[in-house]
Amino acid sequence: MTEPLLSIADLRVAFATRQGLVRAVDGVSLDVREGECLGIVGESGSGKSVTFAGVMGLIRPPGRIEGGSIRFEGRELVGLDPQAYRRLRGRDIAMTLQDAQTSLNPALTVGTQILEVLLAHGDDLPSGRARLRAARQRAVDMMTLVGIPAAARRLGDYPHQFSGGMRQRMMIAIALSCRPKLLIADEPTTALDVTIQAQVLELIASIRATLGMSVVLITHDLGVVAEYCDRVAVLYAGQIVESGPTAQVISDPRHPYTAGLLRSVPVLSHLDRPIHPIEGQVPDLIDLPPGCRFLPRCPMARTACHNPVPFHAFAEGRAARCVLAEAPR
Amino acid sequence: MSPLLDVKDLVKHYGVGQGLLGRLFGAPPRKVQALNGVSLHVGAGETLGLIGESGCGKSTLGRAILRLHEPDSGSVTFGGVDVTALDTGGLKAMRRRMQIIFQNPYASLNPRKPVGEILAQPLRLHRLAEGAALRERVREMLEHVGLRAAHADRYPHQFSGGQRQRIGIARALILNPEFVVCDEPVSALDVSVQAQIIDLLARLKRELGLTYLFISHDIAVIGYVSDRVAVMYLGEIVENGPARAVLRRPYHPYTRALMSAVPRVDRADQQQERVRLHGDLPSPMDPPPGCRFHTRCGFATDLCRSVAPLRRQLEEDRMVACHHFPEPAP
Repeated sequence: MTEPLLSIADLRVAFATRQGLVRAVDGVSLDVREGECLGIVGESGSGKSVTFAGVMGLIRPPGRIEGGSIRFEGRELVGLDPQAYRRLRGRDIAMTLQDAQTSLNPALTVGTQILEVLLAHGDDLPSGRARLRAARQRAVDMMTLVGIPAAARRLGDYPHQFSGGMRQRMMIAIALSCRPKLLIADEPTTALDVTIQAQVLELIASIRATLGMSVVLITHDLGVVAEYCDRVAVLYAGQIVESGPTAQVISDPRHPYTAGLLRSVPVLSHLDRPIHPIEGQVPDLIDLPPGCRFLPRCPMARTACHNPVPFHAFAEGRAARCVLAEAPR
Repeated sequence: MSPLLDVKDLVKHYGVGQGLLGRLFGAPPRKVQALNGVSLHVGAGETLGLIGESGCGKSTLGRAILRLHEPDSGSVTFGGVDVTALDTGGLKAMRRRMQIIFQNPYASLNPRKPVGEILAQPLRLHRLAEGAALRERVREMLEHVGLRAAHADRYPHQFSGGQRQRIGIARALILNPEFVVCDEPVSALDVSVQAQIIDLLARLKRELGLTYLFISHDIAVIGYVSDRVAVMYLGEIVENGPARAVLRRPYHPYTRALMSAVPRVDRADQQQERVRLHGDLPSPMDPPPGCRFHTRCGFATDLCRSVAPLRRQLEEDRMVACHHFPEPAP
């Protein structure tokens, strides 16, 4: 088997706060394979965004990568010098953020913002005088690809002249402008209406197919994962609690948290089926006990759960952090 | 039986700044047509789910019913009283009976006041309790929504999002209202907490005999909590009826598109072709002529582009506003 495009092993990220050390990511290991779409599911505070801020080299004090490794195409990214990282970001790995409203600069035209990326990272563009013209052309192509009509004319527009869906498309166009091998989309549709959400997700799926890139889709919506991701990793309180092929994880979840998430949302085709909340709250990430982090909320908790529970494979391609993982529900 | 709440032809247009040049040269004032003749009714003890995308006017409708925004025309009748005709005193008395829960539990609670004070304020304003009786009522309400009496001394920032929404619910219910507008009460919450709040609202409705107008953009949540649903698009209700009937067999192309756009975990066993909507919601400042949905509708014809469809009253308390009903076939 070939090496995965991105390989995260035992990543630990902590933030120093006045209350103590917050272990936001605590031993996360995952692979993103060439051409696949990996879904990352978790609630706020689960560490899903911090993990990938780590991949992008964007952890800043008081945050610190405490340990583990992040390898991209076999090359170690933890401790990579800032200049090398800058060459990597935008060109090989690109990330879109949840809120397109605040991640685009309101004082610059969208054209300036996409050209900035192209001129900095577009290695395949010619140099000298032809460079700007080629970059402009690429910008227009990218904007057209993401479905922005009359792209050439809109280069001079400011972000506020775009609708929410269009701004999200513009961010995707900027992220894709240098044809990265990996796109990390952090909640690309959370701020959008469902009809627009469907357009944006299908856009990402079709571009993935066209350009053959890998996609990490960070979301809190298991429905989004079910429809667009090959594999999924579920995060809870800074750790992966379950991972595997999406269809298997959804039809046969082996961690009680995954099962709880699935039971807590109403499903359109089965509105008569009662929903069951997960009682209690996400634990405070300071001074966590050594056992399972889901223990206080788990309906199936037992004595063994008070000891550390390893994240372990229990079937081909599937793994969970639960002492009962081997037993189908 | 007459409904508890009866809204007829409610209209609300907001004026938008014309800019200095516009004013100097006397440009016609620009208006956002937030509500364009909305009618609906809610029976006592019922939950009416109101669904639509952002900017469709659903929050404006919830607020106009409570007269938090003054409607331009139309009427709101609550328990036989014309709310739109009430003077300030009458409106204040009416507000004891009609309350609202807001979407954002972070912005809708005063950060400088302890929770006990936030909950006591409505009781003081309406001179309903003071001293020990007031403290007792606050304690009782906190426990009712799943918090503890000791929480009265804490400030909003000391609570999680779900707990803050519980405080917002307690504040709305402390006056013993009959009717509550729930304006996206779970949209800002994490998935596992959403279900807790949905359960809480259902229990409180049962125990206190409440009537809800439940506003959400999430059609699965609406389908789960509602007895009847109304679907809103650009300031107009395009379809309404009993929740299960509408969601099992939606008539309006917009309702179908909304349902089909929801990503769901059970898509694999559905095997349905997705109804795709192209383009964005048109600006409510300049709504399209004819049927407002025609710019995004796959079935639009010349008729739809020029003539607004009538609201058709159908069997089993259903209404649909579409030229093509009952065609196209589902």
